[in-house]
Amino acid sequence: MSRRPYVRPMSKTTWYMRNGRYKVYMMREMTCLLVGFYSFLTIFGLAALAGGSAQSWNSFLASQQNPTMVIFHAFSLIYFLIYQTFAWFELAPKAMPLQFGEKRVADFYIVAAHYIAWAILSAFIFWLAGVF
Amino acid sequence: MPVAKKAVVWGLFAAGGTITSFVFPALILLFLLIATDNTPINLEYSQVHQFMSGFYGKACLFVVISLALWHAAHRLRVVFHDFGVRKDKVVANAVYLVAAIGTALTAFYLYLI
Repeated sequence: MSRRPYVRPMSKTTWYMRNGRYKVYMMREMTCLLVGFYSFLTIFGLAALAGGSAQSWNSFLASQQNPTMVIFHAFSLIYFLIYQTFAWFELAPKAMPLQFGEKRVADFYIVAAHYIAWAILSAFIFWLAGVF
Repeated sequence: MPVAKKAVVWGLFAAGGTITSFVFPALILLFLLIATDNTPINLEYSQVHQFMSGFYGKACLFVVISLALWHAAHRLRVVFHDFGVRKDKVVANAVYLVAAIGTALTAFYLYLI
């Protein structure tokens, strides 16, 4: 090692702001906060459900009904779709390329299959929940 | 980290990422419906309690929440590294511990239901 190695000056907290790709990377990484939040929100719901009476569940539902949560959920839904769901689907053919014999399956089909499966699964969840 | 161990850590992260990508938009939309006082009928107490009493309800929820927590924990660990925190052992123990606690709570409450 040389006696005076060159260390590029770099901000620890804002380095990703220099480059569009880095910004998108950081936006994707931040989805982990939403995943954690909604996991624990679901666990709170389960705790209310385990309370053994309709009262604890209904008070959990009531506690969720306020304008702040409406705005937060709406924001989270859009953010999550862009930076987790759609980003993950677009990455799928790169992470798991499919090959039959000599031929590689075109990325488009792998991504499209993800979108179709997602639509069916979401419809099934809404049906289970009684949305329609 | 040994290669074999890394494969397990990353495999669970990928599984969690896939399952959250597929399921969480619907989950967030259900919370949005609840927040706007349009709670779907099957989320009323008796219906949701009945569903969660069955094996399939419990199994699905446990798999989704435990993998989601693992996925989030692993990504948060990387985020700490990206923001210049170099105590990876401490960060890893902390985030995986929170994920483990969440998983244990999920199992416990599902058992009570």
